[in-house]
Amino acid sequence: MAGKKKLVLDTSWCKGCGICVAFCPKNALELVEERVHLKPDNECVLCGLCEMRCPDYAIWLEDLEE
Amino acid sequence: MPSELIHEFMRIDHLPHIWCPGCGNGVIMRDVAVAIQELMDDPEVKLNREKVVIVSGIGCSSRAAGYMDFNSIHTTHGRAIAFATGIKFAKPELEVIVLTGDGDCSAIGGNHLIHAARRNMGLTVVTFNNDIYGMTGGQYSPTTPAGDKATTAPYGSLDRPFDIAQLAAGAGATFTARGSVYHVRETIDLIKQGIRHKGFSLIDVYSVCPTYYGRKNHKGGPVEMLRWQKENMVPTARYYAMSEEQKAGKLLVGTLTHSEYPEYTDEYDKLVKRVQAEMAGR
Repeated sequence: MAGKKKLVLDTSWCKGCGICVAFCPKNALELVEERVHLKPDNECVLCGLCEMRCPDYAIWLEDLEE
Repeated sequence: MPSELIHEFMRIDHLPHIWCPGCGNGVIMRDVAVAIQELMDDPEVKLNREKVVIVSGIGCSSRAAGYMDFNSIHTTHGRAIAFATGIKFAKPELEVIVLTGDGDCSAIGGNHLIHAARRNMGLTVVTFNNDIYGMTGGQYSPTTPAGDKATTAPYGSLDRPFDIAQLAAGAGATFTARGSVYHVRETIDLIKQGIRHKGFSLIDVYSVCPTYYGRKNHKGGPVEMLRWQKENMVPTARYYAMSEEQKAGKLLVGTLTHSEYPEYTDEYDKLVKRVQAEMAGR
């Protein structure tokens, strides 16, 4: 269904700068061993700010597959 | 597989890029890709990707021409605008975008910058302005603020910094603007305006260099440097609503100057036609 999104992470591209963690409005992200992770208990609203701010293209929103 | 945008507009076999953790350059490079994508999708513009040429010089910033999947050329230090001028002259229908740094564009290439601005060459220049020479180890650049430290200014730089956008405007650029890594949406819109503008446009995008400039000057890490931009750089609408007192020490993120003047390759074409007509009439 169009419009539905999911958050995707590629930790192999993450350099652990912490920008997405600091600017996430829902505090949904954390660094684990210097790599970004979605917190297990998170309130991510799929706003996409992390994708916009990540200098390494390691986190983004993608259309949800059927 | 990265996001659709990155897959579509970057050479992903060259990624992840070599820029340091928290370097602002990756964000600016993405801004350029989004600006191009939005102009391709805009029915009023319908930018043709095959007509886009990305030209860069030397420095951290200039790696971008290697990462971006367009007709691209990575040239010599300071000469990106000179090469871009040649490309635009040979094929004026091309959309020539120069990605350069503060040192590349305003020191080594300062002469090319002012003369391309003076001629109103139809180029779009995006500066990745990080206040330092990163690639060579943190020497001070023409935009390092006076008093700030660099490997070549261990006790602080004495030089007054250039404001690259003001420099270009003073030399005749017909569109100048200031963006930042923090102000992503605003910067994308400014790059789009720059590309659409006929004539010389320059968007001076404030990057962050946590590795050299940040560390040398105790500015904190990338997060703190972006917070500084958030607090000290103000988008247009809010800036113009501020009192003179509130504006003190703040930098406008937005269009700085915008004027109309004949574009150089157009004028050259007219000159050729005029002289040919005169010769034929003889």
